[in-house]
Amino acid sequence: MSDHKDDDLDYETTGHEWDGIKEYNKPLPKWWLWTFYLCIIWGIGYSIAYPAWPGLKSSTAGLLGYSTRGEVAEDIQAFEEANAPMNTKLAGVELASIGDDAELYGYAVSSGAAVFRTWCAQCHGSGAAGAKGYPNLLDDDWLWGGTMEDIHLTISHGIRNEEDEDARFSEMPAFGEILEAEEINQVVNYVMTLSGGTAMDASLVEAGSVVYADNCAACHADDGTGDIYQGAPNLTDAIWLYGGDYDTLHTTVTYSRYGVMPPWTERLSEAEIRAVTTYVHQLGGGE
Amino acid sequence: MMNYIKLIALGLVTLFAMMAVNFARDLAYQVHAIIVMLVAGGMFLWTVRKTDEPVPASDAALHYNDGVVRAGVIATAFWGVVGFLVGTFIAFQLAFPQLNFEFLQGFGNFGRLRPLHTSAVIFAFGGNALIATSFYVVQRTSAARLWGGNLGWFVFWGYQLFIVLAATGYLLGSTQSKEYAEPEWHVDLWLTIVWVAYLAVFLGTIIKRKEPHIYVANWFYLSFIVTVAMLHVVNNLSIPVSIWGSRSVQVFAGVQDAMTQWWYGHNAVGFFLTAGFLGMMYYFVPKQAERPVYSYKLSIIHFWALIFLYIWAGPHHLHYTALPDWASTLGMVFSVVLWMPSWGGMINGLMTLSGAWDKLRTDPVLRMLVISVGFYGMSTFEGPMMSIRAVNSLSHYTDWTIGHVHSGALGWNGMITFGALYFLVPVLWKRERLYSLSLVSWHFWLATIGIVLYAASMWVTGIMEGLMWREVDANGFLVNSFADTVSAKFPMYVVRGLGGVMFLVGALIMCYNLWMTVKAAPAKEKSLATAVPAE
Repeated sequence: MSDHKDDDLDYETTGHEWDGIKEYNKPLPKWWLWTFYLCIIWGIGYSIAYPAWPGLKSSTAGLLGYSTRGEVAEDIQAFEEANAPMNTKLAGVELASIGDDAELYGYAVSSGAAVFRTWCAQCHGSGAAGAKGYPNLLDDDWLWGGTMEDIHLTISHGIRNEEDEDARFSEMPAFGEILEAEEINQVVNYVMTLSGGTAMDASLVEAGSVVYADNCAACHADDGTGDIYQGAPNLTDAIWLYGGDYDTLHTTVTYSRYGVMPPWTERLSEAEIRAVTTYVHQLGGGE
Repeated sequence: MMNYIKLIALGLVTLFAMMAVNFARDLAYQVHAIIVMLVAGGMFLWTVRKTDEPVPASDAALHYNDGVVRAGVIATAFWGVVGFLVGTFIAFQLAFPQLNFEFLQGFGNFGRLRPLHTSAVIFAFGGNALIATSFYVVQRTSAARLWGGNLGWFVFWGYQLFIVLAATGYLLGSTQSKEYAEPEWHVDLWLTIVWVAYLAVFLGTIIKRKEPHIYVANWFYLSFIVTVAMLHVVNNLSIPVSIWGSRSVQVFAGVQDAMTQWWYGHNAVGFFLTAGFLGMMYYFVPKQAERPVYSYKLSIIHFWALIFLYIWAGPHHLHYTALPDWASTLGMVFSVVLWMPSWGGMINGLMTLSGAWDKLRTDPVLRMLVISVGFYGMSTFEGPMMSIRAVNSLSHYTDWTIGHVHSGALGWNGMITFGALYFLVPVLWKRERLYSLSLVSWHFWLATIGIVLYAASMWVTGIMEGLMWREVDANGFLVNSFADTVSAKFPMYVVRGLGGVMFLVGALIMCYNLWMTVKAAPAKEKSLATAVPAE
């Protein structure tokens, strides 16, 4: 580095002193100065090559014709062109036959996984295990059906939303306005036993079965197995969307529930909807 | 006579604050009005009591005004601990979201505490350090008492009031949603008044200096004060919805607002956290090393290059956004060219030690100052690198940015402030030496290892999440969901939190050591606090 004289304690200072502080006036380090010059030269070159200097109405475009939006558009175009044949094919075939073509099926699953992670994971979880109020898609318990057609319909139009006329729709009444408190207490105890559990108060179960038959069986079926055409959950399988304990069931019966899923036809292409349908179908519970 | 003017002013402020309490449209504003009312009312009573009392003769005007510096030192240490404590807590909130306790919702959840942490560290800890050291340095290097009589005290207490208003506002949800400029219009106005007073005190002292030349530290302090005034005023231009409420509407909209915000935000780093603290560096490093500054020529060239270039670098915070490409390119170019001017300060700091390197073995305070300059050099290399568009496309929005900021804030700003406090306390309280040098060593190692844990874990998690976000499979589809990247970061979040704990413990040790220095270290015989020019 610098020669030895620089460390000499007798090196001349500027002659000023502030509160005991003096200053040497050593020369600028050569490497520092040259790196600074190089940065400036590079900066001038770079700002000629890329859009940089503003005028009144526009800026210099740069010799390379670069733009960040152009770069992204190119990436997207290359991606879409590469996948166009597969997307056309995916959007055109029978839903049920996607699984027959190994290449198409593999494409649909990986494409669908990406769609799922981007759009669906917020509610259903990145592993699709769901959360309270958001169905688990890994099991074989389907509220609105688990065939390819059912899943496709659900994703396309959503559940109980205002935007899409074809949304799947049903509404459980809030029985707090229909039944007496005592009756709700009875029927909740009865429902607790349907999936093999024990009631909180076993003496109410029998009365509860009567309340159930009069008020609930129309949708949830006499035996409690539900009805996928109305999105009425199966109450016998011990899989609970909101919870199967006394307090949660009591809330569900009293106030009802109203889970909403948005329609996706506006936001996703047909190929993407079919891809995510295939992905959800193969998660474990597809019928 | 002066007291009667003060009484009228304080009475009017108290009255106005009472009306504001009554008409307040939101809780934050009401609480602020109550605080202002109590402060102004209390000062009114205090002024009444001393009006027309005989003033005891004093030769204070012959000496440096060290009282305000002493108060600043205490405030720096206090707000530092508060800022580090909140930071450590929110680091663990990120690792363990359960710590967003139900009973804290609405004031103690991450979203409310995060601006409290950043502002406490930057503006309360850093700001008090800058005000205290600048008042000390400008007096000593100008051989003049602080200009403006009690105006220095107004700056100190006015700034503390600003901090309290800002902090209570954050907790109660009063924010204009601009990073590092969250306080609403009424708090901004108060800070403007305090800041103009600060400028007047500093400039007034320089003007009446008894030294022929202005020392380099004061150039940096002055550029910091002037530029922050400009940044603060422009970025906070807004129109209040009502004078009785804390809501306001920004004057700029859309991308212009974003650009103004990051012009402000980046220069808050450039002038508050860099230029101001370089002023500190230029005084405390040569004082502690007892060596002349390495190069006057370098200091003048890197000073002007730094302040000319820094002001243009802001757009690099907005790469790949709605900001036009030309602005983004210029921000990047100016940031890269800024590299050497930034390093000029590091060279001058480190090379000042030539001929005194052996002191690093025996003087932990000097070690602290030197490592802070090292962290400064590292951050000012990392910054230009991250401003390069291609690097930024990986690093932006990731924890790498957080790591970068903290290697600067903890390593550079924190360590140099600690060094300055260790230097100042024995001088200001007229002690022969610090209570314990081995405690300084403990602080040094805890803080250094804490920073290394913090920065390293944030590099790992930042680069990891950047790569996970862009990972695609053979067909070009994204592989990871956002939640996957969050859960992958968990171990690094714990390491980061532990780094924070170490840094915090170090700061507590410092507070103990400084307290014991004042209380128990032997007193120095002779006072050096008389204003005498050095030559």
